[in-house]
Amino acid sequence: MPTTKTSQKKSSFNEGSTKLLPQQSPGDRLDLLKQMLLIRRFEEKAAQAATQKKIKGFCHLYIGQEALAVGTISVLNPHDGVITAYRDHGHGLARGMCPQACMAELFGKATGCSRGKGGSMHFFDAKKHFYGGHGIVGGQTPLGLGIAFSQKYKGDGGVTLCYLGDGAVNQGPFHESLNLAALWKLPIIYIIENNEWSMGTSLARSSAGLPLVNRAQAYDMAGIVADGMDVDDVRAKTAEAVHLARTESQPTLMEIKTYRYRGHSMSDPGSYRTKEEIEKHKQHDPILTYRSRLMEEGIMDNPTFDQLDAEAQKISQEAYDFAEKSPEPELETLWEDIFTPEDQIPPLEHRGRFHR
Amino acid sequence: MPEILYREALNQAMAEEMERDDRVFLMGEEVAEYNGAYKVSEGLLKKFGPKRVIDTPISECGFTGLGIGAAMHGLRPIVEFMTWSFSLVTFDQIVNNAGQIRYMSGGQFSVPIVFRGCSGGGLRVGATHSHTPENWYAGVPALTVISPAFPDDAKGLLKSAIRSNNPVCFLENEKLYGFKGEVPEGDILVPIGKAKIRREGGDITLVANSLSTHIALAAAEKLAAEGIHAEVVDLRTIKPLDFETIAESVSKTNRLVIVEENKPFCGWGAQVAYQVQRELFDELDSPVIRVTGLDVPQPYNSFLEDEVMPSEMRIIEAVRESLA
Repeated sequence: MPTTKTSQKKSSFNEGSTKLLPQQSPGDRLDLLKQMLLIRRFEEKAAQAATQKKIKGFCHLYIGQEALAVGTISVLNPHDGVITAYRDHGHGLARGMCPQACMAELFGKATGCSRGKGGSMHFFDAKKHFYGGHGIVGGQTPLGLGIAFSQKYKGDGGVTLCYLGDGAVNQGPFHESLNLAALWKLPIIYIIENNEWSMGTSLARSSAGLPLVNRAQAYDMAGIVADGMDVDDVRAKTAEAVHLARTESQPTLMEIKTYRYRGHSMSDPGSYRTKEEIEKHKQHDPILTYRSRLMEEGIMDNPTFDQLDAEAQKISQEAYDFAEKSPEPELETLWEDIFTPEDQIPPLEHRGRFHR
Repeated sequence: MPEILYREALNQAMAEEMERDDRVFLMGEEVAEYNGAYKVSEGLLKKFGPKRVIDTPISECGFTGLGIGAAMHGLRPIVEFMTWSFSLVTFDQIVNNAGQIRYMSGGQFSVPIVFRGCSGGGLRVGATHSHTPENWYAGVPALTVISPAFPDDAKGLLKSAIRSNNPVCFLENEKLYGFKGEVPEGDILVPIGKAKIRREGGDITLVANSLSTHIALAAAEKLAAEGIHAEVVDLRTIKPLDFETIAESVSKTNRLVIVEENKPFCGWGAQVAYQVQRELFDELDSPVIRVTGLDVPQPYNSFLEDEVMPSEMRIIEAVRESLA
């Protein structure tokens, strides 16, 4: 895979990125597969629930892109930061969020990861250092910068992965963020999930100066391209970027090529692209590719795969059942979570008796 | 009690809070090496160093969002806008991120951040640089909006804002930076959400904020010469609104004129007027009158701009109309 001309900063570890990753045990290898299967089956279950109108509003599915979230997040430490845009189910699950709390959030239930107040686009999990789930295209990119800034300010050794779609690269805040990341040497990795379509507009119709990784050049930032349909390649390339951030506090821009099988959201009939195009990408399905590799490596056989797949389906079904059985939020919770309690100044009465 | 300038009071507040809490840092355009476009941050770089007093590029979206992300991660940023008019470039970050993240995350992430800078008109800098966006930000449920009129409140409220665990929009006024007033020494914390009676009177209530408070006080002084005693309520905090103090005053005077520099349509005074008619209808002896910025873009020409801003004359006319 090519890197950009300005990626001298990563030359120090060009000798072999595998050195940056510890040897994976068979169990770890299988774990990547489990995570990808869970995302696939969870999203299929979410699609079903959206069709049944149990999930309201938007529902953007991650099917096809599983290797990207799983591969990138697999190289992080637990206290590193993760922040993404609105297609966030895959990242949340890869970060270890509870599938039941995620599905319950999609159903808008009180037991959801955001207490039913966020919805599909706004998953959050403070314990997992998952900073959302953000609905405005590109709006999360400066937030990621702030997490990385804080990590450096505190000297806690953390790094941040900030995801964005190929449709977000032309938003102003993204460019402001790249400049600040490079200028202030912040430990952040911006990951463009290039699935070729920003809603119904193709990359060719939305972006000049392809490939997108070239945008790193303007800011003298390392740029790395990875194959998002290959979880091992994603892991290896992300490890390079994370190493650079962790050891030298340098940012990286990654362009990871991937493809979403489903529409932009559940309400998208997908008339802008051909079935042939989708089928072509499905030939490189990240789960099937990895499955073949594990079999070649002798780590797994067909019955084991079927068993893991059945397990992923079971977890997804249980998440669905949990969400369905969970209660709606109490109306009183409408007024909760707006303000955080004060601990340094006298608390305010935000809901005065006259306020109607 | 020592007399200091409004800008010095703000400077003291930041310096004291940065001294007290390592998590507090200041970031913005020209805040460090230039010592602040309006000298509010003068000397802070020297005192706290470049790690905590940070010059940014002209990238409001970038550094505002950075501040919000850092607040989510546990720091307590002060983000300075050279003027609040430039906050419009990053309206999305303030409204959608600072304003919604705590709620959208079910209370998991707090955003303890202060956005501050000057606002307001009367400086002959034209329509793009003269905004009074109190009411725009007050329309966001989770945002606290503060606009002090006097140096003591500038200091005490900014210290409270920095210690607040919630996102605060702190609107200073450029015309007030050079205003001198008494400021108590030591660690003063003015409560957020409490108005203050700056002048007592029994004939009519004037409710105002920021620079408009000073214009209302000047009008009250002239009215006193005519034997009309106006009570001037300085809101200090726009949101949460201290309606109790307003209600107490109006219950005493039975008449109300609201003085606000923001444009009339959905200005904060419209909310006050609504609540007064809703809760105190029987107390009123005459309709509530609002003296606001005129509903035109801010003109450059001095005569035209003076016409747009609330003035002593317009306040006095409104009071006479209310008393007629």
